[in-house]
Amino acid sequence: MMDTSLLVWIILAPLLGAILNGGIYFYHVKRKPVSELVFSIIGTGTPLIAFLITLSLFLQMVDGDITFKQTVFTWLSLDTLNIAMGFLGDNLAIFMAMFVTFVGWLIHIYAIGYMTGDAGFGKFFAYFNLFLASMLILVLADNPIILFIGWEGVGVCSYLLIAFYYTDKDNVIAGNKAFIANRVGDFGFLLGLITLFFALGEVDLSFTSLEANISNASPSLLALSGFLLFVGAMGKSAQIPLYVWLPDAMAGPTPISALIHAATMVTAGVYMVARFHFLYSGIEGIGTFIAYIGAFSALLAAVIATRQQDIKKILAYSTMSQLGYMFIAVGLGFYSSGLFHVFTHAFFKAMLFMGAGGMIIALHHEQNIFKMAQHRVQLPIIGITFLIGVIAISGIPPFSGFFSKDAILAAAFQEGQYLIWAIGMFTAFLTAFYMFRMYFILFVAPNKHAAHYVYTSKTITFPLFILAIGAVGAGFLNLPAIFGGHHLVDTWLAQTNSTHIHMSHLTEYILMALSIIVAVAGIVVAYKKYANFDVYKPEDEKGIIANKFYVDEFYDLVFVQASKKVSTFIDRVLDTKIIDGFIMAICNEFITFGKKVATLQNANVRFYAAFMLIGMSCVFVYLYISLGL
Amino acid sequence: MISLTSYAFVSMILFSIGVIGVIARRNIFVIYMSIELMLNGINLFLITFARYHFNMDPQIITVMVISIAAAEAAIFLSVIILLFRSKKSLDTDIFTTLTQGERS
Repeated sequence: MMDTSLLVWIILAPLLGAILNGGIYFYHVKRKPVSELVFSIIGTGTPLIAFLITLSLFLQMVDGDITFKQTVFTWLSLDTLNIAMGFLGDNLAIFMAMFVTFVGWLIHIYAIGYMTGDAGFGKFFAYFNLFLASMLILVLADNPIILFIGWEGVGVCSYLLIAFYYTDKDNVIAGNKAFIANRVGDFGFLLGLITLFFALGEVDLSFTSLEANISNASPSLLALSGFLLFVGAMGKSAQIPLYVWLPDAMAGPTPISALIHAATMVTAGVYMVARFHFLYSGIEGIGTFIAYIGAFSALLAAVIATRQQDIKKILAYSTMSQLGYMFIAVGLGFYSSGLFHVFTHAFFKAMLFMGAGGMIIALHHEQNIFKMAQHRVQLPIIGITFLIGVIAISGIPPFSGFFSKDAILAAAFQEGQYLIWAIGMFTAFLTAFYMFRMYFILFVAPNKHAAHYVYTSKTITFPLFILAIGAVGAGFLNLPAIFGGHHLVDTWLAQTNSTHIHMSHLTEYILMALSIIVAVAGIVVAYKKYANFDVYKPEDEKGIIANKFYVDEFYDLVFVQASKKVSTFIDRVLDTKIIDGFIMAICNEFITFGKKVATLQNANVRFYAAFMLIGMSCVFVYLYISLGL
Repeated sequence: MISLTSYAFVSMILFSIGVIGVIARRNIFVIYMSIELMLNGINLFLITFARYHFNMDPQIITVMVISIAAAEAAIFLSVIILLFRSKKSLDTDIFTTLTQGERS
């Protein structure tokens, strides 16, 4: 453990950026316009500072085996319970923070090119920096309470950014959907935290002491807590059954999608499970449950993606599918493999989204792949990087996606979860198929006119270059031993006590060959079907797959309509008729009674006199009887 | 010799006539007279017992009641004049402006 004052600045840098950008944006709106350059410098400079600090900490950690820790102040001090605003920079957190800040920074640069000329430029960067700051709070948190702050922070920022073009009703609905779906998950997460409290009793809540005390807790409470925390992860990381918000989140500008899918937000669930590895590895069965949820999410998303027509939705479903792989890995205890896939995925998915965004801009905000193919333009850099991304996600060696995905599939095989392995293999086939379907339609399928060259802004192409290097090369960081690699990432994340792959080299070779074969098969099928596809006759949107298995409709029916019905029933019948009726009946009784009593007060002197007489007579009769006079 | 009971009986009859007069009659003058009648019924009762017990105290009270009734008469008559000026009537059932419920 080593105290440092730098850790908090990783978070404060983007947070200050958010505050500054927000303040200047107010000035920009209320007083006089400020140049976009100012917002750009603050917006991209602060993530860069965060990245550089993370890098310096990382280099110190490489030199010596140290863990950074910083307590900024005591946030809550109750009798025996102290919650510190503390941050922890262990290997896991710094690993995560490294690529979150780096990829985040690149997406910020990209956003300059994408958002230029937008009226809300400054606001956009303020939200963007806030998003990054929230994610970094989540990553660097020293205890689950601080983690929850970040957890909620990314939820709020995703809502703000998905509904960024708030003048369009659909965007606002999509933002609400994301927020509400996450709300369900967050509620589970909060309940999980509370259960963890009860399970552990009064201990210091930092992750290190939680890990030390975990053996004292009752296993059944821990299992419940683990499950509830995973409900939170289902919401944030878009797994069955809470994934519905992710495709709709494509309503936001493309840099948001890149940031949500690559660097922040959706990876939070995987990270959380890895952070609580001591909890999950101790509970029987929950890991398998997580792995199965991951596997079915991967499969479902991949199947849906094969028939989508919106380029961003295809990418969104592919993210969900890849997240499914990550959950397979962390569920089976291969935390480092899961995080390694998070890491490689960040590069190629950010790149794919950026490429898609570049094309969308060049084609004047057209997102349907068939229409995009009809008006194809020449975008050489985007074309090449997009291809790299597609190959990487499909799992073709030596691109990064191959190594990380293959490690997960091998992990499932080694654990004897052959069903998960088979689903993973089939999903890998589908992944190659739908990604290349998109690629062939966008770039290869013939169209009738010659494509002309369109200039793409340098701020868009520069991050693409860097990410392309990452997408190609990141896989070598965790090169398996059979290729002479050293498992650098696995070694770095040794603290998570991950399971590692130990199988005979022959089995490993065969598994790799199989996964290459299914990927190539996917590409070949896609080529056969779509390389000469007539883009002027797009696929119809009929059938169960194109309609996303009617899950949205099902949820709408079961949850939205049902709660509307219940609300209407309560409003119209229960409230107005029964409760109001009951209360009004009582009221009316009082009113009638009151009116009757009021007639006594009729200001008639004689009547009053008679009343007095009766009253006095009664008093006398009473006195006569009671006093015995 | 007239018995004590007879005196008490007369005074009770006087009082009761007064009470019935207040309740049953509508003319404000008759009501006033009925009140005086009730007072005098009480006075008669007091004096009867003063004589019976040879005690002067009830007589003092009676004299005081008579004098206060005289003062009261002055106020009562002036109030009646004012009431008559406002409504041009002596019917008490008309003076119901202080009612709470619906005007009847």
